[in-house]
Amino acid sequence: MEVRTRKVGVATVIDLKGQIDLSSSSKMRTAVLEAIKAKDASRVAVNLTEVSYIDSSGIATLVEGLQLARSKNCHFVIFGLQQAPREVLELARLDKVFEIRLDETAALAS
Amino acid sequence: MIEIKITSDPKFLTIVRAMVGKVCELVECSREEENQIILAVDEACSNIMKHTYHGDPGQSIEIRCESAHDKIELVLQDCGPPVDARKIKPRSLEEVRPGGLGTHFIRTIMDEVKYEHVEGCGNILRMVKYLHRKQSGESN
Repeated sequence: MEVRTRKVGVATVIDLKGQIDLSSSSKMRTAVLEAIKAKDASRVAVNLTEVSYIDSSGIATLVEGLQLARSKNCHFVIFGLQQAPREVLELARLDKVFEIRLDETAALAS
Repeated sequence: MIEIKITSDPKFLTIVRAMVGKVCELVECSREEENQIILAVDEACSNIMKHTYHGDPGQSIEIRCESAHDKIELVLQDCGPPVDARKIKPRSLEEVRPGGLGTHFIRTIMDEVKYEHVEGCGNILRMVKYLHRKQSGESN
């Protein structure tokens, strides 16, 4: 899996690419938590457009990110979900817990 | 029947998912069922890697897939110490917290889930999913 972090205005966007499973979720976790812990973090958006698979370890990382962001008054949003990752969120009944946006424009505007 | 044996290194999960996906294609289950079955097997393998082998990447996991006209059966076998099946329970989803979702996924997706320990063989997890085949004209 590939992870890239970039700044877009005041927001931090984390681009993930590939499949998120037990072998790769720690890399994702590091990027997500670092972005939220950054001194100036006010909005963190996780880009899942190119993620074709996510397992419970990836979902756990998103939940951890959401909780940390809430504790730091940081806006946490995910966007670009493909069908399979969306179904996993639904199975975990977390699809209503996260702020999910269609694309980056919507994620940074909300 | 298709059978593969991997060592308990998470980097091999992608191979397990690919194999299960191909079996699902062969039996023509729907895309949603395919995604779910792949997830269940991935989570079961991950549980063995994390909880039975405690992250040791050099242990053995065997995965067997068998299909009939209306079901797919997946059997995972490890060589670890006995697992207390009574302790493998899905957690409540009322509380939003990280972790503990793998067993929930397995139990929700698969129609039959059975753990047993065979002396000298290790733990055997047998999972069955009854299929709703694709309708004529339905594409993935």
